[in-house]
Amino acid sequence: MTTVTDTPAAPPAPPAAKTARPPRKRGRLVPYWLLLPGLLWLVVFFALPMVYQASTSIQTGSLEDGFKVTWHFATYWDALGDYWPQFLRSVLYAGAATILCLALGYPLAYLIAFRAGRWRNVVLILVIAPFFTSFLIRTLAWKTILSDSGPVVSTLNSLHILDVTSWIGMTDGNRVLATPLAVICGLTYNFLPFMILPLYTSLERIDGRLHEAAGDLYATPATTFRKVTFPLSMPGVVSGTLLTFIPAAGDYVNADLLGSTDTRMVGNVIQTQFLRILDYPTAAALSFILMAAILIMVTVYIRRSGTEDLV
Amino acid sequence: MPFVRWLRRNLVVIAGLVTLGYLLLPNVIVTVFSFNKPKGRFNYEWQEFSLDAWTNPCGVADMCGSLSLSLQIALWATIGATVLGTMIAFALVRYRFRARGAVNSLIFLPMAMPEVVMAASLLTLFLNMGAQLGFWTILIAHIMFCLSFVVTAVKARVMSMDPRLEQAAQDLYAGPVQTFVRVTLPIAAPGIAAGALLAFALSFDDFIITNFNAGSTVTFPMFVWGSAQRGTPVQINVIGTAMFIVAVLLVLAAMLVGKRKNKAV
Repeated sequence: MTTVTDTPAAPPAPPAAKTARPPRKRGRLVPYWLLLPGLLWLVVFFALPMVYQASTSIQTGSLEDGFKVTWHFATYWDALGDYWPQFLRSVLYAGAATILCLALGYPLAYLIAFRAGRWRNVVLILVIAPFFTSFLIRTLAWKTILSDSGPVVSTLNSLHILDVTSWIGMTDGNRVLATPLAVICGLTYNFLPFMILPLYTSLERIDGRLHEAAGDLYATPATTFRKVTFPLSMPGVVSGTLLTFIPAAGDYVNADLLGSTDTRMVGNVIQTQFLRILDYPTAAALSFILMAAILIMVTVYIRRSGTEDLV
Repeated sequence: MPFVRWLRRNLVVIAGLVTLGYLLLPNVIVTVFSFNKPKGRFNYEWQEFSLDAWTNPCGVADMCGSLSLSLQIALWATIGATVLGTMIAFALVRYRFRARGAVNSLIFLPMAMPEVVMAASLLTLFLNMGAQLGFWTILIAHIMFCLSFVVTAVKARVMSMDPRLEQAAQDLYAGPVQTFVRVTLPIAAPGIAAGALLAFALSFDDFIITNFNAGSTVTFPMFVWGSAQRGTPVQINVIGTAMFIVAVLLVLAAMLVGKRKNKAV
């Protein structure tokens, strides 16, 4: 901050002349000094690792003899060929969880923004507070909730819902644990606040008079929602879906704790390859494919939904 | 049918409360099962009421050690990320300079990247450097992924700040340092506090990135992860419940302080 020594004798440059341009002329280097340490951190520990990983993904060799860069791009094809079911599952589970988050989160965000009144802060705290209980502990709690002899499974069973979900392959007979449904339920639960908070922020910005105006123009509540509220909440919908889909697609905790070997997602494969099998090239290639797939999907999605000022 | 009409009018409220229930159900389970006396190694089925775990929260080998390690890492990561992030946020909001767009995307990318990808690539770097995995590698990783969140939180606050306040301070002959300490910092403080709180929560709770870069060091989330395989002690639920209560109390205290301040003005 102190590139110019300020002696009391010299009064500060007359600000009145330059009020139109807040960034002051003196100390042109100040922003760069401010940025330097943080950006260096991100370059060394975020960008550089990506480069290392890119080089790892085209190496061959073994743990004993060491790995060498051989431009062996076939690793990518082999990885895709071997693990496409896990990729597909990641996209499907994360997609299902995102849609469920939107369906569940929208009413709650709407409730906080327009209907909660003086309870607004209380409800907001209740949305954020579970965050502070370790998410692993909460995910383990789902094991209790969904256990075979628990009330949830018996209720779903007596309503014959499990017959339907078993028929479409989401559950397995009378079980919910260790099935896709349990994994999707866990993913939905874990990333729900990431959907609710951006939705709430964009709903809260909507001018309440717009609703009155729509009503005055004989719009039914449903039409008001469809033509006014929902379009205006689009920025929240877009950032909410991204904030739930991306982490959900890479997650391996839910699939591991609530699923079985038949519900493994890409994250599980990357984790096993990296930490147990120690096949670094395959693991690196897999995580690059995941990254590329997500980047492509996100770009297409943002283009189509037309919200580019996300940051 | 008045009931049907009532139901239709309050559909949003009912659906919202159902979601809230879904969000809080695991916390209720965690709390209830912290009073359980399980038969086997796993605490998934209700047996009988007991206060054993609450009277002896550190009775499990290594758990409280991992807890204090997590707290230390979260504390240092919060300090590191908050200082670096606040500096970046000020540079981005207050100054026009070249490469602003590039800097913005470098900040945004870590938040838009799946954690496994970041975790795996950072491990590749550490392996290539021959770094000893442990406390320091965890801390480095945590500062890295918390940084962007701090920048976003502080940026939001500084952007809504009136630049004329600082000009007024300078008109009254405050030097740049004085202006910053007496005017800018107090106004930006809530944003910085929010960023720091977020960083603390993220770091304390992180499992995926830590799992890759911890080596044989065990943080609290890693202890919980291990216990899911070996057997979950009731004390884990005690810690989970306590964390929830502390969080709620902290938020309530912050709100009360905020209210009093508003009244004083």
